[in-house]
Amino acid sequence: MSRDDSADARGLSRRELLARTVRFGAGAIVPVEMLVRRMPDNAAPAAAAANQAAAREPLETLTAAETATLDAIAARLIPTDENGPGATEARATRYIDRALGGALADAREAYRTGLAAVDAWARASKSAPFAQLSAADQDAILTQMESNTAAGFTPDAATFFNLVRMHTIQGTFCDPYYGGNANFVGWDLIGYPGIRLAATPDDQRMDRRPARVRRSAYDHAMFAKKRPARARLGRIDEPWRSS
Amino acid sequence: MAIELKRRNVVIVGLGAAGGVAALPLARAGLDVVGLEAGTWLAPEDFAPDELRNNVRGWPQAVQKANREIPTHRRNASAPSSPRAAIHPMMNAVGGTTLHYWGQSWRLNPWDFKVVSETRRRYGASRIPAGSTAEDWPFGLEELEPYYDIVEYELGVSGKAGNIQGRIDARGNIFEGPRRREYPMSPLRGSGFTEMVADAARKLGWHPFPGPAAITSRAYDGRPACAYHGFCARGGCHIRSKSSTAVTTIPKAQQTKRFEVVTEAVVTTIEVDRNGRVRGVNYLKGGMEYFQPADVVLLASYVYENVRLLLVSKSAAFPNGLSNNHGQIGRHYFSHNQGASVTALFPRDLNTWYGLPAQGVAIDDWADDNFDHGKLDFIGGGNLWVYSDRRPIAAAEMSTFGRAPRWGSAWKAFVRQNADRWNTAYLQKTTLPYEDNYLDLDPVVKDPLGFPVIRITADFKENDRRLAAFIQDRMAVWFMAAGAVAVERTPIGTMGPTTHAYGGTRMGDNPDTNVVNRWGFSHEAPNLGILGASVMGTSGARNPTLTVQALAWRTADYLVRNWKAVTK
Ligand SMILES: Cc1cc2nc3c(=O)[nH]c(=O)nc-3n(C[C@H](O)[C@H](O)[C@H](O)COP(=O)(O)OP(=O)(O)OC[C@H]3O[C@@H](n4cnc5c(N)ncnc54)[C@H](O)[C@@H]3O)c2cc1C
Ligand code: SF4
Repeated sequence: MSRDDSADARGLSRRELLARTVRFGAGAIVPVEMLVRRMPDNAAPAAAAANQAAAREPLETLTAAETATLDAIAARLIPTDENGPGATEARATRYIDRALGGALADAREAYRTGLAAVDAWARASKSAPFAQLSAADQDAILTQMESNTAAGFTPDAATFFNLVRMHTIQGTFCDPYYGGNANFVGWDLIGYPGIRLAATPDDQRMDRRPARVRRSAYDHAMFAKKRPARARLGRIDEPWRSS
Repeated sequence: MAIELKRRNVVIVGLGAAGGVAALPLARAGLDVVGLEAGTWLAPEDFAPDELRNNVRGWPQAVQKANREIPTHRRNASAPSSPRAAIHPMMNAVGGTTLHYWGQSWRLNPWDFKVVSETRRRYGASRIPAGSTAEDWPFGLEELEPYYDIVEYELGVSGKAGNIQGRIDARGNIFEGPRRREYPMSPLRGSGFTEMVADAARKLGWHPFPGPAAITSRAYDGRPACAYHGFCARGGCHIRSKSSTAVTTIPKAQQTKRFEVVTEAVVTTIEVDRNGRVRGVNYLKGGMEYFQPADVVLLASYVYENVRLLLVSKSAAFPNGLSNNHGQIGRHYFSHNQGASVTALFPRDLNTWYGLPAQGVAIDDWADDNFDHGKLDFIGGGNLWVYSDRRPIAAAEMSTFGRAPRWGSAWKAFVRQNADRWNTAYLQKTTLPYEDNYLDLDPVVKDPLGFPVIRITADFKENDRRLAAFIQDRMAVWFMAAGAVAVERTPIGTMGPTTHAYGGTRMGDNPDTNVVNRWGFSHEAPNLGILGASVMGTSGARNPTLTVQALAWRTADYLVRNWKAVTK
């Protein structure tokens, strides 16, 4: 948990939210999920409980089988290890799932065929679906994909590998508004001090570290009402045809 | 049938950097001016600090017109088409691309206006690269200087003068041409990192200086000082500190009550009468078609759309496209040699998470003809620019400098340590036009309205490649002097659709090789003016926009002073 006490959209500080979650114990899953729902664009406020709650969120785009494979890939690309949380805790897959129904809809088909190809290749070469393989076997398959030596992909394995890698990075380091970087674990990993609307000269010195701010851009009042369109880029209404 | 509107004195097509500036002197002179802009107004609340939206996915303009007409590209006339770019970098909104540009606001240097004659004089005619169609500008820096001065003050530009009427000041750019007075605002502050790099340059005997920016370093004209918040690149300003035309010249022009802005108006063609004079423009808005008659048409829709609108506007007087009876529309095209750069890895955190691309330190020692090319195999040079700007997704996508794999625990450990330890310089280099680099209409690809998109046929030439390698070497020396432990060179790239496109309607006295005269008006259709870098014949080693804006003011000023002659 960051040491950030900034108030969220509902006027509760993150510390208060965490306290509530703890006070409610296991039952907190429900209220926290409701909180997340009402503020769908906010980062989940309390790490563990929110993650459990979010794990039950219905997927918007991917099937359960696709999600299992994608979760497993993301967990190897940016693993949870001695350097802390990775793509799993950041919920990079949730980001991808949502984006495939919106801004990245053009990539939906690539995920359908690509994830199927990953599993087919895993069964052919290791006799089990990707998600059920050991970490070492999973890494071996990802290495084959990266070097384009895995077969059965359209147009090829490296293209799909690079697509998933790019989106997993986006899902780990994006503004939590988009469903990834849950609890700001991505920003904490690389030491990003967070979104400020103004930076002082001291915030730009090399011998200091700015205090960490843990807020989404859309937690700031001036942007809260103007959410970015979820429509696909290039498919927004053509004004000269709209009336 | 198009609805015919009331006649106006001047119709401006596109209200970006160029059109947004030209409106002001025209309106102040009392002319009846209408600006047709494909996009909408955008407000400070639209400019969220959102890396994914702004930088990764491209700006989600309220109107996605530009994305429907992305030019195609091929390296040469017999090469296959390159893969189509996914995002058009330019903006459709009132203010155009000045909303989300970096705001670097450079004047050209004296040499840039006289590349051909100066090269001949100093090194001999054989040093002009073979196949280049470069010409000297029809005038020198001294003729543009008054207009640079006006737009710097009307927009609000921060910087440090290096040459006031011949008095050299080493705190500014000692290589710049004379200017009449100091900038309206002192330069943007440095960051810890940019100051460290500036010190290293001084130790090398070079002449670092803070670059000029159309961004407020203090409260100016009712707008607050820049907040250095880190989302300037491809993001609009949430506090109006970026001096886009949407918060400067356009509202000032509206205050005169002589300037009307029509948004969501997409101009499709320009109409011409039997005598070859332009009559007005056709546009679409809200599903309706309108004809806007005007005494004068000023085309300011960015290089590609300027050329496209001319080529699709065919008439009896201009069967090959408006103002194209000499076959010059689309010729002398080039895109800025700004790709080949250098990325450095440092052994310490740089804390460049905040700032903006216009907050940096520049070196002009290797620009233009500021150094002896006698023993070199190219002409021109580059401006070296190091700045403070970083966001998390880009930080994580950093190069691993061959020191780590691209994923997994070892990658994660690498980016955890190094995400804030790298920097990429911005190296802009002299670029020249060539006979076989040009724009025309794509024979196959069309926009949703059925108009062909622009096809770019262009590639970097030997002069560009040698110059790029030389400048990258200079940059590597500088980064190493500043303490870098590794440097990597990025490739020069291709000449596909770009933010720094030039030519296509070049300006010059000779109508056989130029589309517009020295005032920016067509040699063939005298009441058609063209604004934007499409009129520029050389690029210099710096961003185009302030020059585009000075030229736009100059063209508008000429029109005001010569109204009768132009409209007779
Ligand atoms: C990310 C980025 C950073 C940049 N940084 C810098 C920098 O630091 N310094 C610098 O000098 N330059 C910079 N540039 C380049 C700069 O933005 C351009 O040089 C400048 O905006 C060009 O001015 P313009 O008026 O020709 O085009 P624009 O500013 O793009 O304006 C054209 C306008 O015309 C409108 N339009 C287009 N077609 C039509 C039509 N058919 N009908 C009606 N309206 C139409 C568009 O909607 C737009 O508003 C940058 C560009 C980008 C994308
Ligand atoms: S860095 Fe300054 S000018 Fe740029 S968007 Fe932020 S506040 Fe505005």
